[in-house]
Amino acid sequence: MSMLRSNPDFFADLKEVSLPFAAGDVEELRAGELVGLTGVLYTGRDQTHRRFFDLLEQGRELPVDLSGQLLYYVGPSPARPGQVIGAAGPTTSYRMDVYTPRLLELGLKATMGKGRRSPRVREAMVKYKGIYLATIGGAGAFLSKCIKAAELVAFADAGPEALFRFTVEKFPAVVINDTTGRDFYEEVKNDKLEKSSDSQ
Amino acid sequence: MREITSKTITAAVREIAMAAGCDLEPDILDNLLQARERETSRLAANVLDILLINADIASRDKIPVCQDTGVAVIFVTMGQDVRIIGNLEEAIQEGVRLGYEDGFLRKSVCDPITRVNTMTNTPAVIHLELVAGDCFELAIIPKGCGSENMSGLTMLPPSAGLDGMVDFVVETVVAAGPNPCPPLLVGVGMGGTFEKSALLAKKSLLRPLGEPSPRRDVAELERKILNRINKSGQGVHGLGGCNTALGVHIEPYPAHIASLPVAVNIQCHAHRHKEISL
Repeated sequence: MSMLRSNPDFFADLKEVSLPFAAGDVEELRAGELVGLTGVLYTGRDQTHRRFFDLLEQGRELPVDLSGQLLYYVGPSPARPGQVIGAAGPTTSYRMDVYTPRLLELGLKATMGKGRRSPRVREAMVKYKGIYLATIGGAGAFLSKCIKAAELVAFADAGPEALFRFTVEKFPAVVINDTTGRDFYEEVKNDKLEKSSDSQ
Repeated sequence: MREITSKTITAAVREIAMAAGCDLEPDILDNLLQARERETSRLAANVLDILLINADIASRDKIPVCQDTGVAVIFVTMGQDVRIIGNLEEAIQEGVRLGYEDGFLRKSVCDPITRVNTMTNTPAVIHLELVAGDCFELAIIPKGCGSENMSGLTMLPPSAGLDGMVDFVVETVVAAGPNPCPPLLVGVGMGGTFEKSALLAKKSLLRPLGEPSPRRDVAELERKILNRINKSGQGVHGLGGCNTALGVHIEPYPAHIASLPVAVNIQCHAHRHKEISL
């Protein structure tokens, strides 16, 4: 039996967003908005960040210019022959919290993963005008279909933690933190708390 | 005495590792479908739809359900009347290495000091249990660590009682928030010693999702904790609704008169598991 239901109406609501971002683009996006990302993004997770910071400490340039870019926290599984990429869903973002403010300062405009960000990262997003998106954890096979090209850019020896350039089409995500300081996870939680105190 | 060769074991481990990576078992799919039916939040319902479509694509195209194909946790239940021809440990590790390579699964294991990837997804974590008879059973849980990282263990004083235990489990899940990919399966080991409780928590994940404990008082605790977790309203991926957890499995074991260890092993909705009997 196929588990396929009707196409989720999630996609009917998506706001189309082009990557990389032009000046001022991310400031128009608000916490809770559903977006479909189309264009080019970079990937990186724990070791990718560690290596970025080693390069910065040595006063060297990063392998890519991050200004205006979106950095997606993912370590994809290998592609089978004939596939663009294997599963490519988000990893948990808090592990990158320690690195993110510095990258936002360097011009990075958005990060994407899953789960909450630290107060320090949220402050940095307001200060440097950046946003944070969550995409769907555990939907790596589904999300791989939104990736039209994948190219290895640097750190091949880090295996799944290498730096890749992805070309994506209508890649779905939810805006969690916007440039005004709002946090969608907190709003969902507070909404629930209000509802339960109403009913008491 | 029954004899099993290391070659047979390697082939079996390879097979279950590959199958577990791409095919969700019926107990998980059924629970996701039930969660979709009762979901109250529109956004969460849409995400559950995507998770069901994801399972379909993964199985059809042999793409892993989730790119985090985990640390391979292998449970071996071996009858004491079985004799292994060859090296059991090496046979299992070789099966994991082959399964992750041939199945296009991600290699996610690294040295804890240097963080250099072993590039084979080995070593696996192996738990061997010797039992009476001549059975030989293998089970794999490819354990993703977005969820594993949100697990916790506490050594409660007996005076904390069941209320203390329930509070610790619920608080661990609520504190994790959206990080571990809810809706979750919450594995709880209760009693024993420090390490026994952790192992029981992991082992509880092998019980078919939604099957209550055979002990009525434990099953009642499981229901109580599940209700409290789902009233938190965090929901699927922290986006709201009534499905923060799909199930709570508690495995009890007698404890010291001074002690009440409680271990909580958090598992994501992509709970992959596969069993084989040789």
